[in-house]
Amino acid sequence: MKKLVVLMIAAFIGVSAFAQGYKPGDKAMDFKLKNIDGSMVSLTDYKDAKGIIVVFTCNHCPFSVKYEDRINGLAKKYNNAGFPLVAVNPNDTVQYADDAYSKMQVRAKDKGFVFPYLVDDTQAVAKAYGATKTPHVFLLQKEGKEFVVKYVGAIDDNTDDASAAKVKYVEQAIDELNAGKPVSVSTTKAIGCGIKWKKA
Amino acid sequence: MKKAVLLIAIFISTIASAQMAKGVTQIAVPGLLQKITTDKKFDETLYVVNFWATWCMPCVKELPYFEAVNKKYADKNVKVMLVSLDFLSDSVRVKKFAEAKKLESEVYQLNAGNPNDWIDKFDTSWDGAIPATIMYKGGQKVFFRQGDFEAIELDSIIQTKIK
Repeated sequence: MKKLVVLMIAAFIGVSAFAQGYKPGDKAMDFKLKNIDGSMVSLTDYKDAKGIIVVFTCNHCPFSVKYEDRINGLAKKYNNAGFPLVAVNPNDTVQYADDAYSKMQVRAKDKGFVFPYLVDDTQAVAKAYGATKTPHVFLLQKEGKEFVVKYVGAIDDNTDDASAAKVKYVEQAIDELNAGKPVSVSTTKAIGCGIKWKKA
Repeated sequence: MKKAVLLIAIFISTIASAQMAKGVTQIAVPGLLQKITTDKKFDETLYVVNFWATWCMPCVKELPYFEAVNKKYADKNVKVMLVSLDFLSDSVRVKKFAEAKKLESEVYQLNAGNPNDWIDKFDTSWDGAIPATIMYKGGQKVFFRQGDFEAIELDSIIQTKIK
């Protein structure tokens, strides 16, 4: 009986953890997703990285579009400074044709993306991480062999106007990690486009 | 003379179009919260606040369901407020959209500032994805959902809330 209760509680916790996704302090799972150049990309490919900036984003969403130059800016700034950026498009391309693989290739070329732009075609990675919208950032830090979530949320505090942003949350978090400090703002909320889940 | 007729025609059509569209009111979060929570004891109104945007496909799809609720329950103290989260720089677009769709519910555009400062004030489980819908009655939150509705589903939820 006891065992059953424990099992049920464990199952419950498991379910709720899944539903809520990663929070700061959680271990992030590795993944292997197809990049727009056809190669497969995993977190563990980045052997020398101190951490990784994982950004769930896409083509069609106006918030992603507003942020795409800033995402590219983060990649340019941190790719060779210990925190490379990896973008993941989790959207159902049946519902959003603009998010199709071929369109991702076009967008990356047009905008000169300097980061891998991966397809989460089973949506398993977005679900495991608890990404719900685009853009949605998960900043990971390497601790031994694990990737630990340090920050979840927005890129900065002003979607509409990059130059008016007062706090650049991702950069602030990386600066703090680099200084060996805890991340002071470890979760933020922002408006975004809900991820389009595949219809069962 | 012809010119005068033309001018009158333009004038009339201007009035007509002004009457057709109720317009879009810009509002900030404190103002919105105040509107839906003030009259705690005496206000029996069910405030149905839907957060949407012109660029959000599932939002646009469900707007007619909210319009239907607004119409159907007009005499049942139900007030639908469609709060757009389009960028403020797109205010003309929101206005045109509201006119083109002939929206009859109250349409607002939120002066959103930094959403991180206020999303939790509506619901801590909301992470900012839209559509999202929140209902208030008697100063209390009585419903929240992040995600879209089917028409019948929304209607039945409204029915349970006005009892």
